[in-house]
Parts: sequence; structure tokens; C-alpha cells
Amino acid sequence: MTLDTNAFLIILTGALIAISCGFLGVFLLLRKMSMTGDAISHAVLPGIVIGFFVSGSQRSLEVIIGAGLLGILSTLMIDALRKKAKVQLDASIGITFTLLFAIGIILINLFAYKVDLDQECVLYGEIAYLPIDLWITPSGINLGPRITWLAGLNFFLVTGFVYLLFKELSLTSFDEHFSSAIGIPAKGVNLALMSMVSYTTVSSFESVGAILVVALLVVPPSTAYLWTKSLIPLLRLTGALGILIAILGYYLAYWIDSSIAGMMVAVAGAFFFGSALIKGNWPLRLRGTSGTSPAFDS
Amino acid sequence: MEDFLYFFTFQDPSITWVVMGITLLGIGSAYVGTFSFLDKKALLGDAISHAVLPGICLGFVLAGEKDPRYIVTGAFLSGALATFLSSWLKQNTKLSEDSIIASILSVFFGIGIVALTAIQKSGNPEVAGLNSFIFGNAIGIAEADLFLYGGLSLAIMLVLSLFLKEFRLMVFDPGFGKAIGFPMKGIRFVFNVLLILAVVIGIQAIGVVLMAALLITPGAAARFWTDRLQPLLLLAAFFSILSGILGTYISFVLPQMPTGPWVVVFLSLIALLSFIFSPKSGLIRRFLARRSYLNKTHRDHLMKALFKAKEAKRELLTLEEIRALYPFHKKEIEHSLQVLTKQGLVLQDPQGVRLSPQGTSDAMRIVRLHRLWEVYLNESMNIAPDHVHESAEQMEHLLTPELEALLEQRLNYPTLDPHQETIPRESHDA
Repeated sequence: MTLDTNAFLIILTGALIAISCGFLGVFLLLRKMSMTGDAISHAVLPGIVIGFFVSGSQRSLEVIIGAGLLGILSTLMIDALRKKAKVQLDASIGITFTLLFAIGIILINLFAYKVDLDQECVLYGEIAYLPIDLWITPSGINLGPRITWLAGLNFFLVTGFVYLLFKELSLTSFDEHFSSAIGIPAKGVNLALMSMVSYTTVSSFESVGAILVVALLVVPPSTAYLWTKSLIPLLRLTGALGILIAILGYYLAYWIDSSIAGMMVAVAGAFFFGSALIKGNWPLRLRGTSGTSPAFDS
Repeated sequence: MEDFLYFFTFQDPSITWVVMGITLLGIGSAYVGTFSFLDKKALLGDAISHAVLPGICLGFVLAGEKDPRYIVTGAFLSGALATFLSSWLKQNTKLSEDSIIASILSVFFGIGIVALTAIQKSGNPEVAGLNSFIFGNAIGIAEADLFLYGGLSLAIMLVLSLFLKEFRLMVFDPGFGKAIGFPMKGIRFVFNVLLILAVVIGIQAIGVVLMAALLITPGAAARFWTDRLQPLLLLAAFFSILSGILGTYISFVLPQMPTGPWVVVFLSLIALLSFIFSPKSGLIRRFLARRSYLNKTHRDHLMKALFKAKEAKRELLTLEEIRALYPFHKKEIEHSLQVLTKQGLVLQDPQGVRLSPQGTSDAMRIVRLHRLWEVYLNESMNIAPDHVHESAEQMEHLLTPELEALLEQRLNYPTLDPHQETIPRESHDA
């Protein structure tokens, strides 16, 4: 259980992905759109398959474009079902992502002769193979693991996105009408956020898989939200949790010889439930008399 | 065609078994799902279906093989834990419901993946079957399993039908139920048990991810057709059976095709068709209703213009004058004039357009309603005279004869509106 190069690379990649997802997740959480994030990460599947089919490679631009388009399509579909068909929000989400995911699996089976895409890989990925998958330039120089580069690029884009659009993102998250009134295109900001979520899903699905992207999108922000409500500490805490999760997840998975990505989520879950236990409202008789909150607040 | 006959005459016992299995699972989850859809907790089912994975792995480890009894028990317990945790978090933290659901879903699934990977690496040869829980394998349901799953599904239907009244209260008005002495907490507990059971048996056929569709989509589709609970349940069950059979048929004809995703595609297709064609609230129906209302307002406006011309002592308006009134609605003017002429409300001749006697009376009524409403807003609601016109423009198309009579009575048959224009009435009731 030592820190060799491989361990470092895996932890670095995991932390980069966890932080990218966490930053986007904070805004999803504030907009009460966590389940939409979940829906997007399932719904990009057909886009990935079609992109794969068109380009013949899992690591092409077409895959990312396809997934991005499907991500936007799914938010539009949820919106249309809710506003045009007057279906309640949770049911719109459920109908949309199951349909798109089902189409994705059908497409995988349809193109099975050409697309060497494992549906399980899409769902839960495998970060442990990362050190073998190297990025080697045509001239033969070894630049290190490809997925780490992808995660780095993703991290760079996400932090850039959050930094540049910080005012727009926070305003539209807290008060959509006010932000529209002062001239921020709330819908556009929303679509941009959704595109970033889809892009992050695609760029991470090879390493941590679609479902676990959801976990990283939702769980660290929710955990942080139990401790603080202001935006900047929320982002900081989420980032710190991301790093912690990557380190602990790697060593625990190494220890019981299991899926690293899965273990990262399990660790995130432990933090989440632990925080909920500490910060949750206990009945007065269990809290004792030394509690900080006055008795009349419950 | 041959395939079609072979499939739908159920000569092959294995087809009969699969179709029976899909039908039973479909009805069970459509029933439970419709209730949780109406309860606005549609995604709880999704969370539960992801959350059963650790339980399935635990059951497998304890039994050492794919024994359905152990697996169902394990799945049930971890589904129950997830349900309990989500309601505990909802009550005791400030997190919103959707982030709770998403967190529970992904954490349990992550733990499930850890367990599944650990089991796979242990090299147990039986482990291959476990993957079928994630993506579902409707055709792989063995005859022996079917009795367990079918039986549970029947039990779900039975309990839901027997206690229909109680569950109806839970969904629509739990506060009232509590007030008249029903044990609402107990009822919700039983319902959650049924929901978890439906998920546990459903994921066999359709998989963890797509289970949500089996719960949500039939109810959502049926909701377009009826407002009443019993027809809603029956219709949801019917949609579920229909797409179950169609999905099985597709994977029978094209053997490389998976059943579950096709069932979901057919379900969504039914939902889409309902959304477009429903006579109650469908897209087409709403489009037509909106268009006919817009046409009516436009005709009303034309007649009003003709009537006001008459008030200004002009018997007719030329076509050019009418077009100048609505410069951006050329097509609508043609259409409205055509309809009004056909109804005998306006008369067209080479000099221009005039109102017929019947048309005059109808137009007078519209103007009267407009001005009456202005008086009402001004006198009873204390709104300034220069603010009442906009609202009257809308109400003039909507007020019924009963409301008109009421307004007249309430305002004591006024003669002038706030803008000092005469409120026109037929001569005999003046």
C-alpha cells in the first residue's frame, strides 16, 4: 500500500474527475436539478453509441459531440414534457432518461458487429486500467495516461466555465426571474450548464462510468451542503471532499481488491451519511441538554 | 407473418411463460407505479431499483449461488433500507428531495458495484447471472422463478385492489385520512413494502436502470386519458401488458435484440401517442381549442369594429378600412369575414361590409359586455378608468349570459361606461 506512480496517477485522475463533477453538481443542487444530472448521464448513451458508430473509435470528437447533443436533447425533452404535456417534473425525468437509455442499449445491440462498446463499461467503467492506456504521439513520445489528460482537460474547462460564468451561474441558480430581469439569458446559462454536465459525463464514462459520474455530481455537493449554505465555502468543501474521496477510495479498493470507482462512491456515501447523522435533526431527548440549538427552533 | 402467427398463437410453451411473466410483472409495477406517480414520488422507485444491487450481491454471497429466495430477500432488505434512509433524510436534513434521491441512488449503486466486482474477482462460476440484474433478462426467467415472481406480483395486485380506498386516501389527502381515523403511517409503510417488492421482482426482467420506466410511464400515459383512479389503474396495466408483449415479440423475431429496452421504447411510444392524441388534454386537442378560441376573438373584434362604425353613424366599412384596422392579420380577416358571412351575421356588397340585423344584435352584446365589465371594474373594484380597457378586452369573449345578467343587476343597469360611452341594449329591454 504505497504511493507509486500508478497509484498517484489513478488518485490524481479520480480527484480531477471528482472536483469537476462536484463543481457542476453544486449548481445542479442549488437549482434542485440533481435528478436532471442523473437523467443526462443516462441519456447520453445513444449519443456515445452513434458517435462511436460514425467515427469507429471510442475516443473521438464525434462521441463527445453526440453525447453533448443528447444531453441537451434530454433537457429539452424533460422541459417539453413538463411544460407542453403538463407531466409533473419527476415523471418527465423518469420517462426521458429511461427512453433514451433504452434506445442506447438497442443501438449497442444493433451495431454490435461494429461497435465494440461494452454496456457495462459505459455504466461503471474501470479506472484501474488507466496506467496501461497511454497517449503516445506519432513520433513515439510517451506522454502518460490518456485518461488523465482527458480528466485534466475536463477539469480545466469546468473550472474555467465556473470561473467565467460565476456571476451568471449563481444568480440564475438563486433567482431565475431576477436574473432574467437584469438581462442574463437564464435559459442559455442553463443549457450551457447542461452541456458541461453532458461533456463531463462523456469524458469520465470510460474511467468511472455513467452511474458513478452521477454519484460524484450529487453526493459531495449534498454532503457539503449539510455543513454550509454559502456558495464559495460550498465549492471549496466539495473540492476538498473530491480529493479525499479519491485517496480513500483508491486505498480501500486496493485493500479489498474491488472496483476503485465504486469504492470512491462508497466513501462519498460514508461521508454523506456521516454528515447527515451529525447535522441531522435528532429528537430532543437524544440530543441531550448540551445542544447548541435552542429548544424552540424545532 | 409466420413468426407473427407462431408467436401470438402461443404454441411454444416457453413463449407462453415469458409472456405470462412479463404480463404479471408489468401489471404489478404499473399498479404500484401509478400510485407513486400520483403521489408525486415517481423517482423513489428509481432510487429503490438502483439500491437493491448491494442486497442482491449479499444474497448471492450468503447463498453461494443464484438462489431466487435469498436474492429477493437481500434485494428487499436493501431496498427497504434505502427507502427508510430517504424518508429519514427528508425529515431531518435541509436537503431537497431530488438530491436525496440522487444521492441514495448513486451511493447504493456504487456500493453494489464494489460488491459485484469483489464477487466477480472471487471467481465463482455462478456469477455470470448476476449481471442480468443490471440490464435485465426477460427471456432468462426460469419457470421455477416465475412462480415466485408471479406469485409476489399477484399478491401486490391483490393488496392494492383490496385496500384501494386506503391507498387512494394516502395519495390524495393523507391529512383527511388521518383526521377520520385511518392509520396513515401504517398505510404508507405497506405501500412502500409493495413498491419495493414490485421493484425487486421487476428488475429481473428489465434491469436496474430501466425499472423506473415500468413504474412511471404507464401511469403517466394513462393519465392523459382519464381523471378517475380505477380506469387509470386498468389503463396503465393495459399499456404495460401491451408493450410487454410487443417487446417480447421484437426480441423473438430479432434474437439479438434485448427485451427490456424494447418494452420501454413501446411504453414511451404509447405515452407519446397519448400526449399527442388524447381527447382530454392532448397536443392536437389543445391546439384546436386554442385556434378556435383565437378565431372567435378575431371575429368578435371585427363585429365590434362594424358596430362602432354604426355608432358613429356609418352603415358600412370598406374592405380597405377593415384591413387598415388589423394590418398584420390579412389572412385572419379574410377567414373571419368568410365565416361571418356564412353565418349570416355580416353582409358583403361591392361598397363594403355591413352588419345584418342578427349581427347587429350579436355585436351589440359584445360591446355591451365590454363596457359593463369596465363599469364593474371601475365601480366595484375601484380601478381607474384608464386601466380597465385591457381586462375588458379579454372578458368580452368570456362572459356568459348568466354573468351578464348578474352584472346588469349588480350595477343597476348602467347607461354609461367610465369613458362616457353608451352601453348599448336592445330597444325592447331598455
